[in-house]
Amino acid sequence: MTTQVFQEMAQSIIDGDSEISAKLAQQAVVQGIDPLEALSQGFVVGVNQVGEAFAKGDAFLPELVMAGEAMKAAVAVLEPELARRGTERKVLGKVILCTVEGDIHEIGKTLVGTMLSSAGFKVFDLGVDVPVMKVVEKAREVGADIVAMSALLTTTMVHQKDVIEALEDIGIRSKIKVLVGGAPVTKEWVKQIGADGYSEDAIGAINVARQVLGL
Amino acid sequence: MLVPKLILLDEELVKQIITEGIALLENPGIRIHNREALELLAESDAKVDFDNQIACIPEATTRKALETAPHEFFLYDLMGNPAVHYCGDKIHFDPGSGGLTILDSKTERPRVPITQDFVKYVKLVETLPQIDAQSTVFVCSDVVPEIGDLYRLYLALNYMNKPIITGAFRKDTWWTMKEMLSVIAGGDEELAKKPTAVFDVCPSPPLLWSDTTCQNLIDCAHYLIPAQLISMPLAGATAPVTLAGAVVQHTAESLSGVVIHQIAKPSAPIVWGGSPAIFDMREGSTPMGAVESWMISCAYVQVGKALGLPTHAYTGMSDAKIVDAQCGLESMGGNFVSALSGANMISGCGMMDLESCLSYEKLVIDAEMIGMVKRFIKGISVRDNPIALDLLRKSGHIGNFLTLSHTRKWFKEEQYLPSDVIDRASFEGWKGKGEKSAFERARDRVDKLIPTYRPNHLTDSQRQELRAVTTSIAKKFGMEHLPELPQGE
Repeated sequence: MTTQVFQEMAQSIIDGDSEISAKLAQQAVVQGIDPLEALSQGFVVGVNQVGEAFAKGDAFLPELVMAGEAMKAAVAVLEPELARRGTERKVLGKVILCTVEGDIHEIGKTLVGTMLSSAGFKVFDLGVDVPVMKVVEKAREVGADIVAMSALLTTTMVHQKDVIEALEDIGIRSKIKVLVGGAPVTKEWVKQIGADGYSEDAIGAINVARQVLGL
Repeated sequence: MLVPKLILLDEELVKQIITEGIALLENPGIRIHNREALELLAESDAKVDFDNQIACIPEATTRKALETAPHEFFLYDLMGNPAVHYCGDKIHFDPGSGGLTILDSKTERPRVPITQDFVKYVKLVETLPQIDAQSTVFVCSDVVPEIGDLYRLYLALNYMNKPIITGAFRKDTWWTMKEMLSVIAGGDEELAKKPTAVFDVCPSPPLLWSDTTCQNLIDCAHYLIPAQLISMPLAGATAPVTLAGAVVQHTAESLSGVVIHQIAKPSAPIVWGGSPAIFDMREGSTPMGAVESWMISCAYVQVGKALGLPTHAYTGMSDAKIVDAQCGLESMGGNFVSALSGANMISGCGMMDLESCLSYEKLVIDAEMIGMVKRFIKGISVRDNPIALDLLRKSGHIGNFLTLSHTRKWFKEEQYLPSDVIDRASFEGWKGKGEKSAFERARDRVDKLIPTYRPNHLTDSQRQELRAVTTSIAKKFGMEHLPELPQGE
């Protein structure tokens, strides 16, 4: 019985169906299924399957993103139940995510958010055109492990450096890893501004985030 | 919805070409080195000079043949499913044929192929969904030359499921090949009902039929096995240098084929095909990748359509010696124009070096091309009505289409999703994967695809019978034992 429910959960993620994944999560809560088990044995199995298919070239971005959305929907239902039980979903780390000030490009940034949250990070997506101080304040507020910033333009890319300097100014740079991304970003740029890592694509961001946290 | 279409000739010109083609069959007539054909024509009001082997065919006879020739037919796979529909503007693709060498994957130079090379080729074609039919692509050097044609078919039948475009080099070997197809189909009648093969038959330019190909044409008609006319005017050498002139010659040669064929057996399936080229005035070669060669093809396809016949073109090839930029540009151009012309079967993928060399790597690259071409021909579809008002009003100024179920629903229909042979990564991404050229990526893909091949469903007794038929004719030509078949048959 339970095995079948877990399989349905995984399938809802593979199908990228947020309605069904949320419904299954709700049912799990009602039936008293441990929400942690629902995640690890159900939904996450689906996420991993889609991720692997994508890596092999058998699945594509819409499927990956929809799987991420379906996962988010399930987690949103399960989180209050986790809190009620006094347990927490084990997160790999807390990530502040944004597109930097003056830049409104968000496809890549949002993709990275979906990937990281599917992989088990807790992602605070601040959106686009986010002022430097808003980023660092949010990072301090939630005790972020990672600040991840996107920029598509060479003109806005410089704000990635501003954020790093602001983190230093308020004294939390040493506790936080900084990841940068976007078309103009190169290894050289990462070095130049003293960031901790970057990825060429959204899937790669998962590995980079794991690496910088020593996971 | 508009289907993209290329029209090269205006209606008046098509009419004139047909008129001139018909007139050429009346005078000077067609030369035929085949007694049976001459007799058939003599019985159908043609004025036949048996000594000089020339038949002057009156217009009425030609017109009558055009009336009985079918407008469409199906080819079936070995499971009995319809797989290719020669009809209207439907397009299909098969590899080139008549190859003598194979491009060695390591040295990137041609070498003489043997049995296992052919089997690998057949398996590869089975794994490429973009390619609709097999072809007996090259001859193997490890059997006696007399059975070169039928041995290709023997090998292909052991491993293929898709239908096949083939051809015989001799009169007697045609019968052995027919016998093989009949073994698989379960008899001649079954084969006629559900043909799995098309035989290419080539007139010799200008205006001549050899004894062998003409006999093949007649025999195909009798057994209702589709015949594909491959007229090959060489513009500037064995045909007029003007492209329109070459098309007229093609028309006359092909019409003569239709007439002989339809007299032999009215309503037997026949295809208006070809393999024309211009004559290269520097090298004296026959460039299949020349833009003018494509133009002759597009033009004769248009003529064939005007006559209401299924069509074929031989254009997806390159004259390049290695899988380089020339190889790509010539293949893409040829595939595109033939597809836009609505040629029912477009032959040539995998083939290079003036139609003499097959490359596995080119074959997988061409498969991507064909995927793109087929996508283009499908045109732009309206999936929603209104097209995008609702979608864009809902999303407003936020571009999150990637997260919409609408995107998930349609992306595979709207986009042709290429394999990793086509590189669309960022520079760093490409670097990370080893900085590979298209040829190297194609080579990797061949290695990946071959293990995914699934054997066909022939029974052991069918395989044994095929081998017995082939062995018996090989013995006639002094070859006691056939090479062993590689695993996975």
